[in-house]
Amino acid sequence: MEKILQVKDLELSFHTYGGEVKAIRGVNFDLYKGETLAIVGESGSGKSVTTKSIMRLLPEESAEFKNGEILFGGRDLTKLSDKEMQKIRGKDISMIFQDPMTSLNPTMPVGRQITEPILKHQNINKDEAKKLAIDLLRLVGMPKPELRMKQYPHQFSGGQRQRIVIAIALACNPQILIADEPTTALDVTIQAQILELMKDLQKKIDTSIIFITHDLGVVANVADRVAVMYGGKIVEIGTVDEIFYNPQHPYTWGLLSSMPSMDAEDAKLYAIPGTPPDLLNPPKGDAFALRSEYAMKIDMEQPPPFFKVSDTHMAATWLLHPEAPAVEPPEMVIERMKKFPGSRYYEGSAN
Amino acid sequence: MAEKLLEIKNLKQHFNVGKANEVKAVDGISFDIYKGETLGLVGESGCGKSTTGRSIIRLYDATDGEVLYEGESVHGKKNKKDLKKFNRKMQMIFQDPYASLNQRMKVMDIIAEGIDIHGLAKDASDRKRMVYDLLETVGLNKEHANRYPHEFSGGQRQRLGIARALAVDPDFIIADEPISALDVSIQAQVVNLLKELQEEKGLTYLFIAHDLSMVKYISDRIGVMYFGKLVELAPADELYENPMHPYTQSLLSAIPLPDPNYERNRTRKAYDPAVHNYADGEDVKMREVSPNHFVDCSEKEFAEIQEHLAAKK
Repeated sequence: MEKILQVKDLELSFHTYGGEVKAIRGVNFDLYKGETLAIVGESGSGKSVTTKSIMRLLPEESAEFKNGEILFGGRDLTKLSDKEMQKIRGKDISMIFQDPMTSLNPTMPVGRQITEPILKHQNINKDEAKKLAIDLLRLVGMPKPELRMKQYPHQFSGGQRQRIVIAIALACNPQILIADEPTTALDVTIQAQILELMKDLQKKIDTSIIFITHDLGVVANVADRVAVMYGGKIVEIGTVDEIFYNPQHPYTWGLLSSMPSMDAEDAKLYAIPGTPPDLLNPPKGDAFALRSEYAMKIDMEQPPPFFKVSDTHMAATWLLHPEAPAVEPPEMVIERMKKFPGSRYYEGSAN
Repeated sequence: MAEKLLEIKNLKQHFNVGKANEVKAVDGISFDIYKGETLGLVGESGCGKSTTGRSIIRLYDATDGEVLYEGESVHGKKNKKDLKKFNRKMQMIFQDPYASLNQRMKVMDIIAEGIDIHGLAKDASDRKRMVYDLLETVGLNKEHANRYPHEFSGGQRQRLGIARALAVDPDFIIADEPISALDVSIQAQVVNLLKELQEEKGLTYLFIAHDLSMVKYISDRIGVMYFGKLVELAPADELYENPMHPYTQSLLSAIPLPDPNYERNRTRKAYDPAVHNYADGEDVKMREVSPNHFVDCSEKEFAEIQEHLAAKK
């Protein structure tokens, strides 16, 4: 498969009054053509900062690239000038944000907001741009697009606004679409519609999607591959089946166990104890060790390297070291592993 | 069946009455809440679930209908003293833990506000002790009492909101989307805390939310709202296993589950109110289709549901 984006050893810090916040501490991943990569993790784990650094949307006064590169089309995005970046932003890489109300301009008709990137990046005149915008609105499922072009954001519902934001993001057929919690502010029924729309459009224009969310249900629905972030690092990455049915990192175990399943008994929910690490003074070893019941002595002293689970699956935990003692994952995780051929709890195929 | 704590009878809450932009946010809903249970209320934004909660606790004056708390009308005329006594029994936890705490007050004073209003503390040291106890109850510690809200994380703030609600020793708590603004792992902490407190203190909850999997987990019974009306009310398991109203079916089919195999095979059902095809003047109301399972339906639909249920057996 063709690699469309490569993030290599990315390190990024924010300079604040309190000192240097090491928000991203060595992130590596590739994005393949046409796939959806979901990034999950709690607030402050660095998932939004990672994507904003790809888009170069971080404040330059305080954010500093410490190390690493972001390769796109043979160029390192961290080194481009603002002017060069503007040619990529909105054209080759575009972004959808969480809140559809604040990401649209309330004083501008939506038609003009859709034609804006088209006129900026494509060499066509206003009438053609308008036609294209109407087509886009139709594509995202907006009824009466000609009429809707002249209306303002407040005249649309939340789900419709998110459709408009998607239309703007897709206006120039981007190679990469970054969606930062695009459905978190929406109702489940509307969320389902938007997710279906995104998958549908992805097939049509063959774009790659980076999807940020903390809702694991949404991840299971949209993702081909999943990266789990914690404390400014990716702690586990693999295909969606590998992450959900054969997770290896204790943090992934905790995340999966804290969601009530629909057939859950009245047992107590598993809650990950403690609070996220302070990235002003990041822990020396495994950032999750202090909250993990599986932590070993080495977790406090040395950050774990990535251990290969399969060709597509890697996890950064000392538990995978050949000399580590074998541990039992939480019960809910074992239940999941029973469904996965290749895991040590596999119970044979269901049929 | 357990004792009724609250009876909501044909509650209506209309805004801008008589004007062109009149909104019937809640349009005639009736249900009971039993002592010690958790009743979940779900529905999409704008369906009136929060308004229902706010009308029950008299943050709004109801347009019509009655709310009876232990047989006594909430919206009836009351003098200040009665109202105060009544306010002690019902408390609310709000969705946004950032907006619902006064940023300029210390945690000590935020939590003690109710204690002061109701004169529950004998003296200053008693007040302090009560606040410390409350902080410990919700999993914080007494050092937190001298801080301001901005020094806390979202999950901790929600714990403060819970401590504040508990300060006046209520029987009934309305939790309006208490976990929607929190991270998954923190949600579990707050939900566990609410459950523990319920067992310890015998609290009754009205739990308003749109996250259906969490609602199922915490609730004994669940009510589904659509456009100001209650369309289905049933025990939590029953509602998920045998949803009868087409809107409930659509809502349940839209919940994403953390299970990729299930997600690949999901089929989503859309809801179109036109499917009912009600004739003019047809009597559509809540009918009991099986024990404790109520569905908003017409006579004809009721018969169809009965048939369906009989066929299933």
